[in-house]
Amino acid sequence: MEILIGIAVIALVLVAFVWLTYNQLVTLRERIKEAISSIDVQLKRRLDLIPNLIETVKGYAKHEKQVLENVTNARASLMEAKSPEQKAAANNMLTDTLKSLFAVAESYPDLKASANFSKLQDELTDTEDKISYSRQFYNSNVLSYNTKIKMFPTNLIAGQFNFKEEQFFEAEPSSREPIKVSF
Amino acid sequence: MNIYQQIASNKRKTILLILGFIIFTIIFGYIISLFFDFGLLGLGVFLVIFGIITYISYYNSDKIVLSLSNAKPVKKEDYPQLYSIVENLSIGLGQKIPKVYVMQDPAMNAFATGRDPEHSAIAATTGLLQALDKQELEGVIAHELSHVRNYDIRLMSLVTILAGSIAIISDFFLRSLIFGGSDRKNSNGILIIIAIAAAILAPIAATLIKLSVSRKREYLADASGALLTRYPEGLASALEKISRHPKLKNSSHATAHMFIENPFSGKKTRDFFSNLYSTHPPAQERIKRLRQM
Repeated sequence: MEILIGIAVIALVLVAFVWLTYNQLVTLRERIKEAISSIDVQLKRRLDLIPNLIETVKGYAKHEKQVLENVTNARASLMEAKSPEQKAAANNMLTDTLKSLFAVAESYPDLKASANFSKLQDELTDTEDKISYSRQFYNSNVLSYNTKIKMFPTNLIAGQFNFKEEQFFEAEPSSREPIKVSF
Repeated sequence: MNIYQQIASNKRKTILLILGFIIFTIIFGYIISLFFDFGLLGLGVFLVIFGIITYISYYNSDKIVLSLSNAKPVKKEDYPQLYSIVENLSIGLGQKIPKVYVMQDPAMNAFATGRDPEHSAIAATTGLLQALDKQELEGVIAHELSHVRNYDIRLMSLVTILAGSIAIISDFFLRSLIFGGSDRKNSNGILIIIAIAAAILAPIAATLIKLSVSRKREYLADASGALLTRYPEGLASALEKISRHPKLKNSSHATAHMFIENPFSGKKTRDFFSNLYSTHPPAQERIKRLRQM
């Protein structure tokens, strides 16, 4: 009889442990989803600002076709990106192309003086700041989730229920060729 | 210690302090009710009154503080930089963007209030907004938002209310002792002495605990703010500017613990007692710790 009670207690503890750990992992994974959607909001805002920027620049600097095309292409690939890894890479590429666009803009005083241009520039800077903060929040969530699923004894349950490691949203530009800035 | 260890150690110490406070309150209430011969019922009444005061203050603390410090809500168009910093850092913490308030005051200070991130507000003086650059302001706002995120505001409101209630009850007790009759049957000499000693010491001890909790939370908010901006130097240089500046005119001792820096006494003494009685750690010590991160 006592042995049976003992077994029952152990079984109950085990079930409770699996139950709690499973729910905890689900919570952590949901937080990551929420965090990536807050990055998406900011990325969308950035995408929406760019056509306007390109129109404005075209008005003053028609001949900078290559730079403008690079921005358009980077924007298109960011729109198509699906996984956090792809989004991060496309976003970094867009950042680089925008940098060279703003560098080119330096040689067009009329463009620089345009109120519309400087407003767009401010808004893009603000959006970049927001992207970097939402990326930071996302990455800290991924870090705590990834650490959790690797730690004993959670790793046993994570493996059993197929909780996989999540990708970070990397800030560093990948090893692409530096973009040439032509003045 | 790195930032993560500092946060963890501060949290542990704070839990111990709060537990101590609760035990202390119960013992104090018990001694008082023993003295008046109320027994356990007396203690029960004591704790229920505590609970009611706490509940009411808890749901109104943000309104009280904002109106006491003369803070006015502002629009994004009027303070774009302050607003976008508050937005960015809230995104970084993954919490709701708090309401933004500004105090018309040349002194440099800021505070956060609200019982949880959903009901929070952040207020800064015009003096602060003028004197600090973007990174310094970011450091200060990150510190304040960390107070919200770490539930310091909730904790500090509770501690303030507990300490205040203890002071009121002990005051009441001492008065009744002086002016009351001597018809109590439980006039045991030792018990009277213990009760009087408790009544005198309790409010002092409660205040010291309150201040000590407050200072612990400041270091924790400094550390987690730095973790958020990834730039401890921003807050360090902001604190340097603030501590060189004249103090806030529009504040009372009741709200001193809310601010980024102690709004009273610009003197930087190393005196034990003045350290014990201040709501904030000395600015130099905070700057030193920030620069070690």
